[in-house]
Amino acid sequence: MNNITESQIPHRSNTSFALRLSKWRKSPVFYPLIGFVVIFIAMAFINDNFLTTTNLSNVARQVSINAIIAVGMTCAILTGGIDLSVGPVMALSGTAAAGLMVAGFPPEVAILGGLMVGALFGAGNGVFVAYAKMPPIIVTLATMGIARGLALIYTGGYPISGLPEGFSVLGRGEFMGIQLPILVMLVVYLLAFVVLNHTAIGRYIYAIGGNEEAAKLSGIRVSRYKLLVYTISGVTAALAGIVLTSRLMSGQPNAGIGFELDAIAAVVLGGTAIAGGRGAIIGTLIGAMMLGVLNNGLNLMGVSPYVQNVIKGGIILLAIYISRSRDK
Amino acid sequence: MSTLLTLEHISKSFPGVNALTDISLQLQEGEVHALLGENGAGKSTLMKILCGIHRPDQGDIVIRGKSCEFHNYHDAIAAGVGIIFQEFSLIPYLNAVENIFLGREIRHWGLLDRSTMRSKAAELFKRLNVDIDLDVPVDHLSVAEQQFVEIAKALALNANILVLDEPTATLTPSEADHLFRIMRELKSQGVGMIFISHHMEEIYEICDQVTVLRDGCKVGECAVKDVEVDALVEMMVGRKIENSFPTKEIRPAETKVVIDARCIQLHKEAPANSFQLYEGEILGFAGLVGSGRTELVLGLLGATPVYQKVVSVNDEAVALKSPADALGLGIGLLPESRKKEGLILPFSIRENITLNNLRKHSGKGGLIDRKHESESVNELMAKVRVKAPDGETPVLNLSGGNQQKVVIARWLNHECRVLIFDEPTRGIDVGAKAEIYRLMKQLTSLGVSIIMISSELPEVVGVSDRVAVFRQGRIVATLEGDAVNSNEIMRYATGGTSDEQYH
Repeated sequence: MNNITESQIPHRSNTSFALRLSKWRKSPVFYPLIGFVVIFIAMAFINDNFLTTTNLSNVARQVSINAIIAVGMTCAILTGGIDLSVGPVMALSGTAAAGLMVAGFPPEVAILGGLMVGALFGAGNGVFVAYAKMPPIIVTLATMGIARGLALIYTGGYPISGLPEGFSVLGRGEFMGIQLPILVMLVVYLLAFVVLNHTAIGRYIYAIGGNEEAAKLSGIRVSRYKLLVYTISGVTAALAGIVLTSRLMSGQPNAGIGFELDAIAAVVLGGTAIAGGRGAIIGTLIGAMMLGVLNNGLNLMGVSPYVQNVIKGGIILLAIYISRSRDK
Repeated sequence: MSTLLTLEHISKSFPGVNALTDISLQLQEGEVHALLGENGAGKSTLMKILCGIHRPDQGDIVIRGKSCEFHNYHDAIAAGVGIIFQEFSLIPYLNAVENIFLGREIRHWGLLDRSTMRSKAAELFKRLNVDIDLDVPVDHLSVAEQQFVEIAKALALNANILVLDEPTATLTPSEADHLFRIMRELKSQGVGMIFISHHMEEIYEICDQVTVLRDGCKVGECAVKDVEVDALVEMMVGRKIENSFPTKEIRPAETKVVIDARCIQLHKEAPANSFQLYEGEILGFAGLVGSGRTELVLGLLGATPVYQKVVSVNDEAVALKSPADALGLGIGLLPESRKKEGLILPFSIRENITLNNLRKHSGKGGLIDRKHESESVNELMAKVRVKAPDGETPVLNLSGGNQQKVVIARWLNHECRVLIFDEPTRGIDVGAKAEIYRLMKQLTSLGVSIIMISSELPEVVGVSDRVAVFRQGRIVATLEGDAVNSNEIMRYATGGTSDEQYH
């Protein structure tokens, strides 16, 4: 009965522009992009200092940490899961890398070590989710505590400082006039874009979130790809943690508190369905930018941080309300 | 007898579809009125209008001489309409009493008055003449018992018009008998019932009057005792149905065994089953709903864990730990429920078809070659005749038959040697059915072997070369040649005791 019929095929005005617009509207990125543009323009009008190169470059750098974490989070949410442990994993990986450098290892080795810690921790999440078939929200809630605890035990609760000077390049350096954290972020997004949109792995990640049972019965090794997704999430959290450590030039066991919520907000603001199966990695980048611009703009306006929380929460609610009504 | 309900000239259209055109229907007190029609004929839409879920574009609903306008399900309930959906609306963890009074619990000083509710529920079941354990959660009850609880719930709301939407689809014959006894009891109490079923014998068993719908129009109404089965079927489909099955060919004596399942035991107490699948044949798995056919297949493929499994494929012992292993051996499954187990609903046709064979469309570096992918998809869509503008159409927009063809196309994208079709034509109209049979035949002529699970006897008989009959988890017989007929299958499926009741 819900056969495609003539009347359902769009044939409003047959100009290619109208057609392209209607195609655009169906893209998961459409509403996030409009939201971003609206907020961006609003901030530019309200603050004279907003639209300066220095300020915009700073916004992008501030966004980069959350945006990198949100890549792994996007993958997890696309499969219908979630990863709450990203904040503490950041701290654990960052302090591990710092510890390695203090112990005399060169920065390159320390960075790899930190990434390994994140990968292993993420894989641990993945084993519980994919093979023990436990709900992701519970697994990562538990490992969130474990990771934070491990970071605190490892550091004794104190930041690890005295890192080699060369390590600061990652967080503070520039390449062709672009701050390195921004460059790292862009590379991560480019990789994620290619994997999610142009490889079988990406298709499987969407398929698992779209209908896990169907994916499994059609012969996809669902557990294997879920394990992979949580490992990716661990790695991107670790990378963000290492960039932050380099920026601060100290390994902070208390880094990343509440970052999981910002990452989830970026993903959801970016138009990815919280139930999985639909969304786009570019949307997540836009979502992270939206949060960053909002933060920055409100700061420039001198809005109290207490009020900022309320405004940000309200905007997230509004954004999700709009994207839900679009689905119907 | 007085008239309980009159539907007058009901019409309803959805964007692009005329769902119902000028339908009228009368229901008398104490009458069981059968509503007959193929899937998509408009039965469900009509019933949804009757219970306030849809609103008619034109026409009136008159109950006991009073014209009613239903804005939602609650209005319909208040007017005395009760509907028993195919999928139950019971809360599994609550017991029968709690379910019956859900949302309108009887209170005493603000607290639940359990004893009053319990005695009222007991009274209802007494009225139905059934014995239900009131203290266990309803998911401990059998499917039939849960249905009786649904009926009691409707009656507790003072329903005197009851709609039963394919109530027997999931019942065993003896449970269905029990349901019919209850329906007769309600009949004698003056309740009017609209009964939807695809089983002709049930229409003759329990119904007084029958209305036939086709393509949203009413094509006939008559007293059940005045009409022959063939005439009803012809009204329903608008043509004779015999020719929709392709002709069978005789299997040569020396055919290769593709799957030799020597022993599959699902759990410790379950029976151990064995069967062989020959190259290029269609092996039917027949039996009543719940006789363990799907479970056996899922166990075979490794989708669910089994207690014991000894299987060889092409004379080689295999472990088959997961559907992915099965896929590696060229064994594919079209699951029972397209939407729950077959399709990735947010995906387009293209993405659904290539889902499990992306390697074929990937170039160097693991990147998917979109052009190659689209070309294959276009070819496959033409081959299985999917009706859609293009491969980018979301599968959500397709009809049931076209969705099923998409799932079939997914497996045709592989060089599969064995395909397992689980209820391939459920919920599909006659035309699409014939096309699916044609495809199956085409595949077997290429040497593909097919296992077809089907609960529709004519389909099993019409399509299968051989038939394995299941009863209570056990393969009780494997029929071949002339033995593949409805009587034999039903005799084994039901335990040989009740073959009379099926004619």
